[in-house]
Amino acid sequence: MGTTTETRPSSTAGSTPREAGSNETEVVFVTLTVADQLCGIPVLSVRDVLGPQTITRIPLAPPEVAGSLNLRGRIVTAIDLRRRLHLPPAPAGSPQMSVVAEQGGELYALLVDQVAEVMSLKAAQFERNPPTLPQEWSRYSIGIYRLQGRLLVVLDVAPLLALSPQTV
Amino acid sequence: MDDLLADFLTETTESLAELDLALVKLEQEPEDAATLSKIFRLVHTIKGTCGFLGLPRLERVAHAGENVLGKVRDGALSVTPDVVSIVLAALDRIKVIVGALAASGSEPAGNDADLIAALDAVHNGTAVPAAAAGAPATATTAAAAPAAAAPQPAKAPAAEVEPPPPAPPPPPAEAPVAEPVAASDGNLAAQTIRVGVDVLENLMTLVSELVLTRNQLLQLARSQENAGFTGPLQRLSHITSDLQEGIMKTRMQPIGYAWNKLPRIVRDLARELEKKIDLVMLGADTELDRQVLELIKDPLTHMVRNSGDHGLEGPAARRAAGKSETGRITLNAFHEGGHIVIEISDDGRGLPIDRIRAKVLAQGLSTEAELAAMSPEAIQRFIFRAGFSTAAAVTAVSGRGVGMDVVKTNIERIGGTIDLKSVAGQGTVFTIKIPLTLAIVAALIVEAGGERFAIPQISVVELVRAQEGTGQAAAAAQDQPADSSASTIERINGTPVLRLRERLLPLVKLDDLLQLHGRPSPASQGRASETGVDHGRHDGSHTIIVAQVGASLLGLVVDRVFDTEEIVVKPVAPVLRHISMFSGNTILGDGSVIMILDPSGIARATGIAGSGDGRLLDPRSSAQAAGADSTDTTTAMLLFRAGDASHKAVPLGLVARLENIPRERIEFAAGVPVTQYRGRLMRLVSMSGEMDSSQPEQPVLVFTDSDTQSGLENCMGLAVDQIVDVVDEHLRIELSGARDGILGTAVIAGNATDVIDTSYWLTRANQDWFSRAGERDRPNRPRLLMVEDSDFFRQMIVPVLQAAGYEVSAVATAAKALQLRESGRMFDVIISDIEMPDMDGLAFVRAVRASGAWAELPVIALAGRVSEQDVEDGRDAGFTDYVGKSAREALLRSLRQCLAHPPGADDPMRMVA
Repeated sequence: MGTTTETRPSSTAGSTPREAGSNETEVVFVTLTVADQLCGIPVLSVRDVLGPQTITRIPLAPPEVAGSLNLRGRIVTAIDLRRRLHLPPAPAGSPQMSVVAEQGGELYALLVDQVAEVMSLKAAQFERNPPTLPQEWSRYSIGIYRLQGRLLVVLDVAPLLALSPQTV
Repeated sequence: MDDLLADFLTETTESLAELDLALVKLEQEPEDAATLSKIFRLVHTIKGTCGFLGLPRLERVAHAGENVLGKVRDGALSVTPDVVSIVLAALDRIKVIVGALAASGSEPAGNDADLIAALDAVHNGTAVPAAAAGAPATATTAAAAPAAAAPQPAKAPAAEVEPPPPAPPPPPAEAPVAEPVAASDGNLAAQTIRVGVDVLENLMTLVSELVLTRNQLLQLARSQENAGFTGPLQRLSHITSDLQEGIMKTRMQPIGYAWNKLPRIVRDLARELEKKIDLVMLGADTELDRQVLELIKDPLTHMVRNSGDHGLEGPAARRAAGKSETGRITLNAFHEGGHIVIEISDDGRGLPIDRIRAKVLAQGLSTEAELAAMSPEAIQRFIFRAGFSTAAAVTAVSGRGVGMDVVKTNIERIGGTIDLKSVAGQGTVFTIKIPLTLAIVAALIVEAGGERFAIPQISVVELVRAQEGTGQAAAAAQDQPADSSASTIERINGTPVLRLRERLLPLVKLDDLLQLHGRPSPASQGRASETGVDHGRHDGSHTIIVAQVGASLLGLVVDRVFDTEEIVVKPVAPVLRHISMFSGNTILGDGSVIMILDPSGIARATGIAGSGDGRLLDPRSSAQAAGADSTDTTTAMLLFRAGDASHKAVPLGLVARLENIPRERIEFAAGVPVTQYRGRLMRLVSMSGEMDSSQPEQPVLVFTDSDTQSGLENCMGLAVDQIVDVVDEHLRIELSGARDGILGTAVIAGNATDVIDTSYWLTRANQDWFSRAGERDRPNRPRLLMVEDSDFFRQMIVPVLQAAGYEVSAVATAAKALQLRESGRMFDVIISDIEMPDMDGLAFVRAVRASGAWAELPVIALAGRVSEQDVEDGRDAGFTDYVGKSAREALLRSLRQCLAHPPGADDPMRMVA
């Protein structure tokens, strides 16, 4: 099954910014990279982080659906984040990790290149999406965090997982 | 103590506790109709079950109590404390009896006459219980003795005043049994615990996952030579298996539960119908999933009732038929390969085919033409059709079909099948085959395009090994036939088909269908695909899975077949629900996820079979929409393509042969394409006017006719682009006739399909024949009158007759035919249908023979059924000859003979059956 890291947040660590205006408010993110871009997903929406998995292809499924995998007896639909973000496919043979999130009672695994650390980020570092961000990104992003030396795109899980046959 | 009794005791104890509470509540709120009806229902249930279990004492008490409650419910008696008391007294008595029953397994001896009399008195309104009875007996724990005894003093004098209810002298109340009741109450409650089904379902899910985890561990252990944990793992494995079995068992119940009520129903039915019925139940302990059990309960009851009502004859009729007076209904349940089979058989009269046939015609579900071609089994199966469930069917026809469509639908909903076998005079057997459980199904694991899929075993009919033979290589394959055990996949214009015994099986290549070609599988590295046994070879041979979808067969071409596995069906994610090819997904023993194929979805997607809904809607709703000119038919239709991409169809019965004519053998004579066929020239007619010469072979539908004069066979070849399939389903043709050569349009296999007008194409070819032979204008062509009410059949047979050299006049009713006689028209021969509205064929021929210019004419009966009796009746009515509708050759032969030897008055009748 590969490496499975449970990231169950404690009750306080991942609390959402209660005072939106306060620059001291911190939000905890699971950070990940996809095509060298650093992204973050609020830790509260992450159920699991999985290592490389056996994924069963699903014929005729929307292209973003990489397949399904078995997570402790539950069938999880794997979404290829690169495809979802209109990025070129990952180089063949590179192991992919996944971040499992829940939407409407169903589990989905977002396939990413690498899952990195869990970061606590201050609201002061947050900015809205630049208006020039292409729509296929801005649709799935809440905003940007300015980190030292690099930028972190906050992914919005709900629209990412809101796959329907119509949107394809 | 047998299981039924134990269940009864548990249930009754619960009911009694509920009743106590409810009665008290009723006393406080006398107007509460809901409480009252609940009380009534509970008492009624107790009474009903007692009767069935043979507990007369209990039944009598409950019955008397129910009577009183019935009065209250009807408003004839108001709820007073007295009434409640007397009912409570009855309940207490029931408790006493039930307690003794639990202790000893049989009803205690005792006399309840006093209590019953008291109850009856209240029921009859003779004794509104005196105030004395109104003792505060409402306490739920009231001891039996005082409550039971209380009304007596009041009642006895009342009964003397009003004579009707004879009041027996109050016997000493046998109350002191009260203590044991309480004790056995405790026992009863402890025997079973009611657990919510969702709790069991949840356990089931957990166990399924435990099993999967166990399997993964076992696989891991096999690959690692670490003996340290193999011992504990083995134990874990055993325990898991036991646990799984145990949990499965909690869901399993003997089918006897579904049969509980049947003896009573049959008994009542027997009494009501004045029949003698024996109900035999075999294999009542056969267990099946409770979910399935619930779903088949009602269909079973319905079918048993049907068997008793319509299947079995009355004693007199049975005696006359040489059977024992007592009819027998046998229920037999047994396991058979992951399924449970239930047979419901009776030794009655069997299904009356004639009446079913008449009903089919009356409802326009099919025409005589198709019925004539149907096997008795196929006709009997009409009882499963929705059209047979009308109320009129109960009286007008045997009524056997009432609700059978519902039965069939219910059984099919749980993945089961139902079939029937009936022998006239010997009885009927219905066979229901249902899966043991809905949660776990047996599935065949197959591979196509590098991916594995599961196919539910129930839809798999057989596996066929076949070699790939492309269109170009077909000739080569014939030269050197591949290994004889393997069939060859043939191609018609690129579409793969397989000759499977007498049928052309449409094939669907799973990898094409699922677009598995050329799609990289980025994520499937390192997959453990070595599980399972490889039954296929990777040398161009394919395995074809023949799957049954409704009435159609479908061949799924796969690369490999692995083992069968028991799988737990899970629904697919919402994102994937639109893919109709899959009915779910599951996790295999090796932990990998696998999609479960849905054969009916595949059939729909490929247009092989119409959707179930469409079929259900078909017979009635569209019959109304299409009006009187329509004919609803069930027939074998040959589907083909010609001219354009759309499907066209022709009744298979009209096609003599299917041929593939090599392109080089098609020649042109006077600009007309012909080919040498069986030593003669056969004219080829193309629907589109031209033929696609790129294919090496030309598929041709051959139609033949016997030439009356020469006795030789005339052939016409209809050149088509592609022969697609033969479908045998009911369809409706809307006779449009707007276009030449097209009879109309029908919905076949879910697509609008043009049904070609064979007559048009036959005439086109044959006109040439006849004009060349100079016979077309022959003055002495025999004049033929055809009386036939079915548009469809008229359209089909008239051109055949015309082509055979007759001058045909066709009318739809006997009345119109007789009008022609009055108007002075003369014919050489008459062909008449038997079954027609208003005036049938027999009446018609009598009218013809009775008087007028036609009295001496040969009249041939064209009948849907040809039995000895029918022929006899036909002869008596005056028919010259009697021919089955499907027997086209026989008809032409009969016509020739009739015309060659016009029947004199004394000529003996010939019968062609």
